[in-house]
Amino acid sequence: MTVSRTTSYAGIAVVVAVLPLLLDPYWTDVFVSIGLYSVLALSLNIILGQAGLFHMGHAAFYAVGAYVTAIANTMWGVPVLWAMPFAGLAAALFAMLVARPIIHLRGDYLLIVTIGIVEIVRIALINNVFGLTGGANGIFGISRPTLFGFKIAKPVHFYYLVWAYVACSVLLFRRLENSRFGRALNYIKEDDTAAEGSGVNTASYKLWAFVLGAFWAGMTGTIYAAKMTIISPESFSFWESVVLFAIVILGGGSNRGVLLGAFLLIGLPEFFREFASARMLAFGLAMVVMMIFRPQGMLPPMPRFYKLPERIRCVTGKDGGAAAAQVGGEA
Amino acid sequence: MEEFFQQLTNGLAVGGIYALIALGYTMVYGVLKLINFAHGDLFTIGAYLGFTLFTAFGLSGMVAGPGAVVLVLLMVVGLVALIGFLLERVAYRPLRSSSRLSAVVSALGASIFFQNAVMLIYGAKFQVYPNDIRPSYVLSIMGIDVPLVRIMMIAASLALMLALYWFTQRTRIGAAIRATAIDQGAAKLMGIDVNRVISLVFMIGPALGGVAGVMVGLYYGQVDFTMGWVYGLKAFTAAILGGIGNIPGAMVGGLLLGVIEALGSAYISIAWKDAIAFLVLILILIIRPTGLLGERVADKI
Repeated sequence: MTVSRTTSYAGIAVVVAVLPLLLDPYWTDVFVSIGLYSVLALSLNIILGQAGLFHMGHAAFYAVGAYVTAIANTMWGVPVLWAMPFAGLAAALFAMLVARPIIHLRGDYLLIVTIGIVEIVRIALINNVFGLTGGANGIFGISRPTLFGFKIAKPVHFYYLVWAYVACSVLLFRRLENSRFGRALNYIKEDDTAAEGSGVNTASYKLWAFVLGAFWAGMTGTIYAAKMTIISPESFSFWESVVLFAIVILGGGSNRGVLLGAFLLIGLPEFFREFASARMLAFGLAMVVMMIFRPQGMLPPMPRFYKLPERIRCVTGKDGGAAAAQVGGEA
Repeated sequence: MEEFFQQLTNGLAVGGIYALIALGYTMVYGVLKLINFAHGDLFTIGAYLGFTLFTAFGLSGMVAGPGAVVLVLLMVVGLVALIGFLLERVAYRPLRSSSRLSAVVSALGASIFFQNAVMLIYGAKFQVYPNDIRPSYVLSIMGIDVPLVRIMMIAASLALMLALYWFTQRTRIGAAIRATAIDQGAAKLMGIDVNRVISLVFMIGPALGGVAGVMVGLYYGQVDFTMGWVYGLKAFTAAILGGIGNIPGAMVGGLLLGVIEALGSAYISIAWKDAIAFLVLILILIIRPTGLLGERVADKI
């Protein structure tokens, strides 16, 4: 990481930290939404952007997390933030169960099946499954979270909570991207068969991508439930999944791209409130136009760079070139 | 028993609609290996165009009942076919050689676009089809009362399916479509204009979907702008159930899904009606991804 990069990150951090001082509660709330969608899209990005699995049912995992939190809080009085890891685990377990049989499906079939799953989850929630989910009205009266005795209730409080969470997510996902796991996912995305042939256990990695993405989405569900204090099946409709899918695809699959996508897709429409109903129309058009002129998205991930070991650099000269870079890539 | 026959005929009527929409999915998939996500919305557009033609132009007043329906159907066929043609030109043709993901995303984008265009033009409320064009007779078959409109729907969808089957099997153009579906390169070498075949497929499929849309309007009496997604997903399920890319498969799959759904909602639970169809979809993809009649699936899935 170069110095200029560190300073630019520090600059962004300062802007994010100072921003709420300049905003009224309404716009603070908009930025809370942007933050929530950013984390959700980042978690979807593991599955869709990194592993290239067409997953359009992310709202289902999000919903599981939010409902687990709501049920734990309203029925058993569990403090909201304590429910967070359990919400994540429940979503991860759910993902493991549903993704296991469908993981081998190819591209667009997977897409259709995940749409089916998110719809079944929504219908199950409306039908008050297990008598826990409160039917179409949902669950209300979720208490506000407290952090070290401090009650988080105002939009500004949520702003800092959510954006701290975004920062943690970005850091962790960045580590994940550069790990063996992240490289394996990219390999699967580029060429499933070649990855399998090189000894990458594709089914297992795909499943873990789903489980990790779901875990994070489930935890985000907790924060959503805490912020809204009321959740209903309609908050997790198929359209939420479409919006998340569009954020990742239009953003381009890098973490920066996903954040940019969340800003544009969630934040930008707030500037054009009088055209609010035409928002989705523009979405659809943007997706078509983007695929024709820039199919890789706005900010696709940069190619991986590796420092060459000293002895190879001696052989190939100062600039290693593609062949040497590949050697480095395997190291 | 009465209940069972009521649900069976209802299931066949709805299944006929699923089958007509499924034919559009399966034909496009046959020639392009692309799931046309916007197909369900072309169906919605058909339903709304039918609504406009019936009400705004007061067609039902000018021509006698059945004549008006036939006239509207013909106009809807023409208009929706035109939209399908334009859709392929604008959203799919530029992506013919790019990755599958791009085409799928573009199709989704087109779907979102159409759905919201319908919403902006007609409003978010549902629209009611005029009541007087719908035959209100009730036939009595072996002591069981069946509405005439239901019989007519089953007959109309069967007639259209047979016509399409005849067209693809017995005409020169039909042979060209089948050849393109089997091998585009070889079809080109045999002098078939593949681009024209693809355009044609994108006109026939949406035209059938548009007819299905008008039929839904006549059967249920109301249409709303989101119905394309549900019907589209179910019709897609029907296409998978029968074996995607396979025209008789789409017909069988559609009728079967309609009956499963009708009986399931009657005897299991009406609240889970939509979930039943999606469960069928997931199960068929896990257990037998080639579908009931599908043997010609090129790629391993």
